[in-house]
Amino acid sequence: MMSVVSKLENIGMFAPWVRIIKGENRREQVNVLLRAIGIPFFAFIVFLGLWDASAKSVVTSLGQVPGPAQVMEQAQGLWQEYKDEQVKEAKFYERQEKRNAKKLAKSPDAKIKWREYRGRPTYIDQIFTSLVTVFTGFFIAVFIAVPLGIMTGLSKTLNSAMNPIIQIFKPVSPLAWLPIVTMVVSAVYVSADPMFEKSFITSAITVTLCCMWPTLINTSVGVSSISPDLLNVSKVLRLNWATKIRKVVIPSSIPMIFTGMRLSLGVGWMVLIAAEMLAQNPGLGKFVWDEFQNGSSNSLGRIMVAVLTIGLIGFLLDWIMLTLQRKFSWDKSAAR
Amino acid sequence: MNQQVPHLNIDHVTMQFDTPTGPFTALDNVNLKIDKGEFVSLIGHSGCGKSTVLNIVAGLYRATKGGIILDGKEVNEPGPERAVVFQNHSLLPWLTAYENVELAVQQVFKGKKSKKEMKEWIEYNLELVHMSHALHKKPDEISGGMKQRVGIARALAMEPTVLLMDEPFGALDALTRSHLQDSLMEIQRDLKNTVIMITHDVDEAVLLSDRIVMMTNGPEATVGEILNVDLERPRHRLELANDVEYNRYRAEVLRFLHDRHAKPDVPNSKVA
Repeated sequence: MMSVVSKLENIGMFAPWVRIIKGENRREQVNVLLRAIGIPFFAFIVFLGLWDASAKSVVTSLGQVPGPAQVMEQAQGLWQEYKDEQVKEAKFYERQEKRNAKKLAKSPDAKIKWREYRGRPTYIDQIFTSLVTVFTGFFIAVFIAVPLGIMTGLSKTLNSAMNPIIQIFKPVSPLAWLPIVTMVVSAVYVSADPMFEKSFITSAITVTLCCMWPTLINTSVGVSSISPDLLNVSKVLRLNWATKIRKVVIPSSIPMIFTGMRLSLGVGWMVLIAAEMLAQNPGLGKFVWDEFQNGSSNSLGRIMVAVLTIGLIGFLLDWIMLTLQRKFSWDKSAAR
Repeated sequence: MNQQVPHLNIDHVTMQFDTPTGPFTALDNVNLKIDKGEFVSLIGHSGCGKSTVLNIVAGLYRATKGGIILDGKEVNEPGPERAVVFQNHSLLPWLTAYENVELAVQQVFKGKKSKKEMKEWIEYNLELVHMSHALHKKPDEISGGMKQRVGIARALAMEPTVLLMDEPFGALDALTRSHLQDSLMEIQRDLKNTVIMITHDVDEAVLLSDRIVMMTNGPEATVGEILNVDLERPRHRLELANDVEYNRYRAEVLRFLHDRHAKPDVPNSKVA
């Protein structure tokens, strides 16, 4: 028990609470809490107030711009839809099971069919689809960018060869890539029984194309800025190429690689929404687009829910990457 | 010097660097023969090319003219038989002291020592530099002097024919430096390595060396004078402080450095 408490104390978020409970200079700890939680909380309340006040004054063709209360209502509505859908799904499988059991009871050799439930994707499913898509695109990007970055970082020639290409493609918007990617995927990815939807592949590749650059650039910079002394050490030791990469180059540039990956995932998440809108990949981007096209009085509120969800997930992804960076990086000062 | 083939021969080494303003001759015709087990210091003003000599012996640079011959073979690439102790320790910051030495030992003794022997050898070398208490600390967690000790242990663990030290104690405070000098003398007494050490420090040069090679100011630096230090070993810094011979050697080096500084061979503004 004691060890759990002392562990909690080491986690920044919990430290003041633990200390208050322990009774260590309470006043100071309360101040720490106020600064860490009170001020952001207060700012958030002010923000909600301003939002509420200004939303009321704008009326669109879809009705009033939703304030925080309406958005909350829509969020609950979406959650309810998800719950309802789950109940429907459970019932569907229950019925199917009964039906099949009956058939089997009649004649043991009867052919029975198991069907998968195909309901409307709910908001939660869409979030999940978006996450899978962004991580697919992101991992492909990392898989290409890290080795390429290591090579460009090691070779000045390759670096000058790659530099213009990187600089030209880095600022390209996902919206520009998408038509090309769509056409290429349609032409290349032909199969009778596709494992993935085309829209999924298109979105993921668009994410890859837009988010590989920060990882590529940061890896390359990280590798090329390895201390020459460490490279001399590897020369004196006569490390072969692979050992040098494995024991010196990669560990030395890990902090920069992670910085790049963190930026990449951020870019990828931002780009994904646009890609999904156009590619009609059933994720958050499609949700926003469908609601916009739908144009019911609830639409703006639901889009607002999506906006907040996108923001929160982006924040969460960044936090995960930062935590990973701290865990794997030897340079603890880099990940702050 | 004996007349046989020298252990290490720095033979007519000239070094030119290409700069945007044309070739820059850093070293001109440097000749030096070093015996096995000898401790040689290179001393001279900043920018006189001491480090360049060391880097050529290490194989990190290639001489424009002339070359290095070690035990009858020409040296033209770096290798662990010429281990280097770098000025700023150059430990891999993500590895512990033990792992840093391990990297070198695994590379040099791959297939020659068993796992257990390697472990013992790593620990033995860290023991030599008095670092047994911090085997599993990372460079960030130990002091500058300790890092340099690990750097020395790593170099010694390669069982080098020649140990090259590039101002190994230059970045340390005076007390730490004298501790490390004592440690180095102790190790040298036991292992009798051939050592080339670059230094700025006159006391360090006289205390540690068998010979002090004084280099002229660059560019086109070369060997100016060579001083044989015939002080009995083991040497103790406190006893030597009032020793007449010791102070004579010291004065000799100081005189050389001072003369060179006051009347540089070649007038130049580039090298401070």
